[in-house]
Amino acid sequence: MLLRELESIGSFLDPWKDFERMNRSFFRNSLSRSREFPLVNVWKDVNSATLTTEIPGLDKADIEITVVGKNITLRGERTPEELSEGESYHRKERWYGKLSRTIEMPFVIDADKVSAQFKRGILNVHVERAEADKPRKISIISE
Amino acid sequence: MSDNRKDIEKKEARLEHGVERTRDRRVYSPAVDIVERNDDILLTADVPGVDEKSIDITLEKNLLTLYGTIEADIPDALKLGHAEYGIGDYHRTFTLSDEVDRDRISASVKNGVLKLVLPKSERMKTRRIDVAGEA
Repeated sequence: MLLRELESIGSFLDPWKDFERMNRSFFRNSLSRSREFPLVNVWKDVNSATLTTEIPGLDKADIEITVVGKNITLRGERTPEELSEGESYHRKERWYGKLSRTIEMPFVIDADKVSAQFKRGILNVHVERAEADKPRKISIISE
Repeated sequence: MSDNRKDIEKKEARLEHGVERTRDRRVYSPAVDIVERNDDILLTADVPGVDEKSIDITLEKNLLTLYGTIEADIPDALKLGHAEYGIGDYHRTFTLSDEVDRDRISASVKNGVLKLVLPKSERMKTRRIDVAGEA
């Protein structure tokens, strides 16, 4: 419901405003619920999409991105620091372990045009729609 | 990975009663690990979106405050289609005890993770006491 609302009104607002609108909307719990980790945001238009996720503490080399058909799969792992003797945790709130998540895009992805960037702990994957998947206008030949 | 949804969602920073924010932004409380080591205490915080220029660490009396301002990379031409996490600044305050040597606190940020080393003052360092066996 909210998504539809954003789609229609959001077109003349800048994306940050979209986010603020969503953040401040009456639906306090307007974020999509996911049990899967990591949490993702997807920005899109008809022929391209950008997926972002917050995975701080990983290194560029630890992140694996694969693309098949409409799906993007992210994999990675964050390992806790080994404690030596005499060291102990006072607090342990941060997540550790393997992460794996597959997200379906609304179109078939062109595997040759996937680009990814990892900056300040945020992964940004940009995908484009495959040529073959784009809608084609058929011209009608008159007799 | 934990199955508990609460663990994977960002927590909004709590405000004291009657206090209001002056900026129109969401503020989250970063998840931290605190490890006590022999000579220091290591505080690690997840602050994705923050780098060494956008984090502000202040120490006033015994209050250590972290404030991270994010520079969100929001795609220009695209519209938000699906959102699971919110974007906002980070804020969290800790109370330091006397055991921390305040002059030697150091901090670094890498890949969205803040590491803060709080050295223990000389007199508080863990000392190992040898137990003499009876002769």
